[in-house]
Amino acid sequence: MKQLQIGNAAVARGLYEAGVGVVSSYPGTPSTEITESAAKYDEIYCEWAPNEKVAMEVAFGASLRGVRSACCMKHVGLNVAADPLFTMSYTGVNAGLVICVADDPGMFSSQNEQDSRHYAVAAKVPMLEPSDSDECLRFAREAFTLSETFDTPVLFRVCMRTAHSQSIVDTGDRTTDAAKSYEKNGAKYIMMPGNAKKRHPVVEERTARLTEYAENCPFNRVEMGGTKLGIITAGTSYQYVKEVFGDTVSVLKLGLVNPLPVDLIRDFAAKVDRVVVIEELDGVIENHCNAIGVKVEGKSLFSPIGEYTQETVRRAFGIPEAPSVAADTPIPVRPPVMCAGCPHRGLYYVLAKNKVTVLGDIGCYTLGAQPPLSAVDSVLCMGASVSGIHGFNKAGGAETEGKTVAVIGDSTFMHSGITGLVNIAYNGSNSTVIILDNSITGMTGHQQNPTTGYNIKGDPAGKIDLETLCHAVGINRVRVVDPYDLDACDKALKEELAADEPSVIISRRPCMLLKYVKPKSPVHVNADKCRGCKSCMRIGCPAISMKKGKAVIDHTQCVGCDVCRQLCKFDAMESEVR
Amino acid sequence: MSVTSLMIVGVGGQGSLLASKLLGRLLLNEGYDVKVSEVHGMSQRGGSVETYVRFGDKVFSPIIVKGEADFIVSFEKLEAARYASCLKAGGTIVVNTQQIDPMPVITGAAAYPEDILDELTAKGIKVDAINALALAEKAGSSKAVNIVLMGRLSRCFDIPTEKWLAAIEQSVAPKFVEMNKKAFLLGYNS
Repeated sequence: MKQLQIGNAAVARGLYEAGVGVVSSYPGTPSTEITESAAKYDEIYCEWAPNEKVAMEVAFGASLRGVRSACCMKHVGLNVAADPLFTMSYTGVNAGLVICVADDPGMFSSQNEQDSRHYAVAAKVPMLEPSDSDECLRFAREAFTLSETFDTPVLFRVCMRTAHSQSIVDTGDRTTDAAKSYEKNGAKYIMMPGNAKKRHPVVEERTARLTEYAENCPFNRVEMGGTKLGIITAGTSYQYVKEVFGDTVSVLKLGLVNPLPVDLIRDFAAKVDRVVVIEELDGVIENHCNAIGVKVEGKSLFSPIGEYTQETVRRAFGIPEAPSVAADTPIPVRPPVMCAGCPHRGLYYVLAKNKVTVLGDIGCYTLGAQPPLSAVDSVLCMGASVSGIHGFNKAGGAETEGKTVAVIGDSTFMHSGITGLVNIAYNGSNSTVIILDNSITGMTGHQQNPTTGYNIKGDPAGKIDLETLCHAVGINRVRVVDPYDLDACDKALKEELAADEPSVIISRRPCMLLKYVKPKSPVHVNADKCRGCKSCMRIGCPAISMKKGKAVIDHTQCVGCDVCRQLCKFDAMESEVR
Repeated sequence: MSVTSLMIVGVGGQGSLLASKLLGRLLLNEGYDVKVSEVHGMSQRGGSVETYVRFGDKVFSPIIVKGEADFIVSFEKLEAARYASCLKAGGTIVVNTQQIDPMPVITGAAAYPEDILDELTAKGIKVDAINALALAEKAGSSKAVNIVLMGRLSRCFDIPTEKWLAAIEQSVAPKFVEMNKKAFLLGYNS
């Protein structure tokens, strides 16, 4: 049946059709919808794991038992899961195992722009890369045969544009005979040195066979269109090449991006006068061409930075862009902001007011770094706030301990904040960690996590109690505040910073976008009382603006959180009577 | 090889995903090759968002760049101006006259160009401005701005209204179908 699907949903359909039985993932844009879509198929057991390493090991266990499995993550998640990946390359699989990794060229929702293809090269496993939803479905389905034929985990790379673009797919039926039996095989699955030494040659031999396979595999194809110009490309870049050149140039389109073919590239290059490699991010294909002695142009024409478009291709070949008209008036930028009523806002206001140093983390609350709150000092990676504050305070001593906090969301804390907190308790820094518990994984679009009490399907599940957990790892001072109550937040912050031992403040209030959170009546400004002092503007609420010297609240955005009312010295903020 | 390119732009949270879902459904029903590209994640949190819809016999790139859009549907005035350069010569902007201040305007670091639509018109751009928020509220929800604008946009297409309404039925939850149809027709008849 023909359907319009985003790449990620098409990948999930491919997993379904391949007979996958287990999917374990951690959410991360632009990968999240693969697992969310897979969870809609009753035949697939799906879960949100606490982090990508756990997810990949769950998938390993399922494969070992004989069930086709997958795990999905964003590019930086693969860093977290790199440990099992590199050794799974040695063990290989029982039932097929596919690791979906979503790269984010252009960094639409990411902290770096790393190219996951390097992992395929380094871990010596095959990697597929689709260029539209149709390929997402077909490649994902075929990836399991590849995995089982070559006894290897398969990396499946989608870039943001493919992951989040809808195009037409043709769906098929689910394979029902994918299950394998489990037999104990220590030489293959127990990776201690004696066994691993015997597996490494197997990996090298496998790469040689895969390279041979790449010469003729169905994932790579040549589309001849004259002999003047030949373009070697992969992923979304293929679409831009076709958009610009149609059938007027020859294209070698690579779907298997590791290992890369040798003869196929040499033969293609021999047929054309000039070869250009067009690949987003790093020059992986280009370097391979250089290594096998094929003369190509690549990064001399194209940047390793950012997302490509058809315009990128046109520019590289000196093709003029279409004429266009723009406004002369400068257009103010519109950066993302914390939503009106976001529970993080009140807490951040208190942090900014107390001028504390804030080691931040990954989530919606990273937005507290933006003006006017500007309350964050560093953001590195998942969990780095909790580990980082310990180092900051060990380096700074008493001078920093009393005026530094770490902030981390509930899901991020579960992901990789716990071990940092163990370190604080064990190695004794007088650090204050604030867990911003909005009872959901927010930034990626509301996924459940171990603290919410629900699983991926929304059914009741085990619930980790944050207070008990913090106590259990050795933190005596654990307290909960409501971030809508500015005085309570201020008091908690001052007391915990002054305390002579490590402490955790749990700032708890559910994300106001959650369906069960009912907005209160909007706040409305009494213009007679408003003196235009702009105190309420200091919290950076998108619902509040100044019009003709008075504060105005947009009733379509305001959810009545009342944080602004606590800042007004003139009682101008009133509840709107409905 | 003719491809029509349409951009939906606005502020994260205004409902551009539903608008693109509706268009995708409609154009698929009409037998076109379709690509719809959207951005999820961080930019959704009140930031400027853009969605691309391209359809025709065969569509390659899911992206629309400078000078390529036949239509821009903007959920907000400033966003219409931000993306105006994507418009093809002779293209049309359908725009909601709502003003949503971005954070630099809220903090006083920048001014909101109130007369921006007049400037676009003066530049020779076809600007079709309506108060979609008022019509959405009339239909029953301020959230229906997206569908009101789709109704207005539908006047630029040769696809019968019934087909649009059928696509609405296929795209929204049953309990919101009537409200959205009403919103669509208010936009269409405005």
